[in-house]
Amino acid sequence: MMEAVTAHVALKGVEKTFPAREGRPAVHALGPINLEIRQGEFFSVVGPSGCGKSTLLEILCALSTATNGSVQFEGKDIGSTVPDGVGVVFQEDASLPWLTVTENVAFGLRRADLDKTERDQRVQDALKLVGLIDFANSYPAQLSGGMRQRVCIARTLVMKPRLILMDEPFGALDQQTRLLMGDELLNMWRNTGASVFLITHALDEAAMLADRIGVMSARPGCLVDIVETGWPRDRDSRIVERPEFGAITARMWKTLREESIKTMGRSTPASEHQQ
Amino acid sequence: MNRVTVARIAVICATIALLEFMCLAGWIDKITMQAPHLIARDLYRLLTSGRMNGAIVKTLTNTLIALLLAISVGLIVGAAIHRWRAFREALDPLFATYYAIPVFAFYPLLIVVFGLGELPQILIAFMLGVVAMIVNTLNGLDRISPVILKTGRIMQLGPIEMAWKLSLQAAGPYIITGVKLAVAYAFIGTIGSEFIMSTGGIGYEISFAYNNFDNATMYPLIVLILIVSIIINAVLTHWERILLTRRGLR
Repeated sequence: MMEAVTAHVALKGVEKTFPAREGRPAVHALGPINLEIRQGEFFSVVGPSGCGKSTLLEILCALSTATNGSVQFEGKDIGSTVPDGVGVVFQEDASLPWLTVTENVAFGLRRADLDKTERDQRVQDALKLVGLIDFANSYPAQLSGGMRQRVCIARTLVMKPRLILMDEPFGALDQQTRLLMGDELLNMWRNTGASVFLITHALDEAAMLADRIGVMSARPGCLVDIVETGWPRDRDSRIVERPEFGAITARMWKTLREESIKTMGRSTPASEHQQ
Repeated sequence: MNRVTVARIAVICATIALLEFMCLAGWIDKITMQAPHLIARDLYRLLTSGRMNGAIVKTLTNTLIALLLAISVGLIVGAAIHRWRAFREALDPLFATYYAIPVFAFYPLLIVVFGLGELPQILIAFMLGVVAMIVNTLNGLDRISPVILKTGRIMQLGPIEMAWKLSLQAAGPYIITGVKLAVAYAFIGTIGSEFIMSTGGIGYEISFAYNNFDNATMYPLIVLILIVSIIINAVLTHWERILLTRRGLR
């Protein structure tokens, strides 16, 4: 059961239209989206390819602006700059290859007004949390893809964000590693108390990790279903053995199947138009 | 010492030995070239006598000034052109054909404008080096992963921090390639211009020795330039190797 029900993030009528460019027509990529994410909630979004999931995440962290509607974080409108207290983990490897693991994580604290002892302690804590303390002096190129993704997660966690946005962070990993990384992510979520907004294309990942799952329609992406999983906060990947897990996945797939078929009938996904 | 290094040293030693043999056997006459052991002896005498100190200092100083200018201007202009697309589209054809233009052809103009001092020589060396720096900076910046730039925005980096702490670092290997080329071009520019528009420097001394059949001065100076270039290049290659190894690119 959720302990707090305060709206941490609120989206009202959020829409995104990419203007016509180089002979291509304007694309209504997203919305309208109305959503409230609760304080400390783990919210996941699934949807067909090109439905605007990543666009939604970019609007939440001010990397992109909504054409219509408002986005509020902790009661304040998100402007054109990334709000304090928001951390982002991308699908692609965003580790900085010229820095060691420790330097990568400490890079997140560059602007923090901390003395060296506290700074070092926070970096050490973050490295312990993601299980990379033994690789503190390694360079990203010496690590596996999963470990590099953990470097990026540590760099986000070290800033103690109150909202963590994740865009398919385990998309490049194999199934077993994804399940184990999911366990680690749940552990971090419990320890930090942050709200998590996770975009994924994997229904099982969403069903295992999230308190609630938003299912998006084909473009323009809207939330067509919100599935409440009802999982206890203290959970791990063994939750996939529960009978309700199959029911949750089946409910998402029923909606998603129709939307995916609609998308497959289209020629140009929104993400391509954005490029 | 790995096999590649041993092979390199073996090739150099074999070439020197061959030259030594050909000179001692009289296949190469003394007016054309001295035996390598005599060149080494003359170089030692030249350096210990201090006779060429002024020329060496002048050439190295001018090369260093031209190189620093080429690196800093190349980085700034490369970054600026990368940012402004229209500017880049206008200049791209110039970069593509730049090295087809003989910069030395402008030396009369440079002498008329700047006189016979050091400045025209530094300018020629700078003009040769700067475009290599610009082109390689652009190449490096073009290849930065968009997610690195998004990370910079998420971390709320300002434009200068973004350039200094992310973009130029990410483009590091390409920038070092630019520096290596700029070093080579700066040397070519400085020594080449000393040949034709100077009364001092190693290039002038080589030219003077050549005109006076003074092989005992000319060859040691040529070898000196080779040694300095090889040392600088070896240091930069070592630095480049460290960068590439850290990034898993070697």
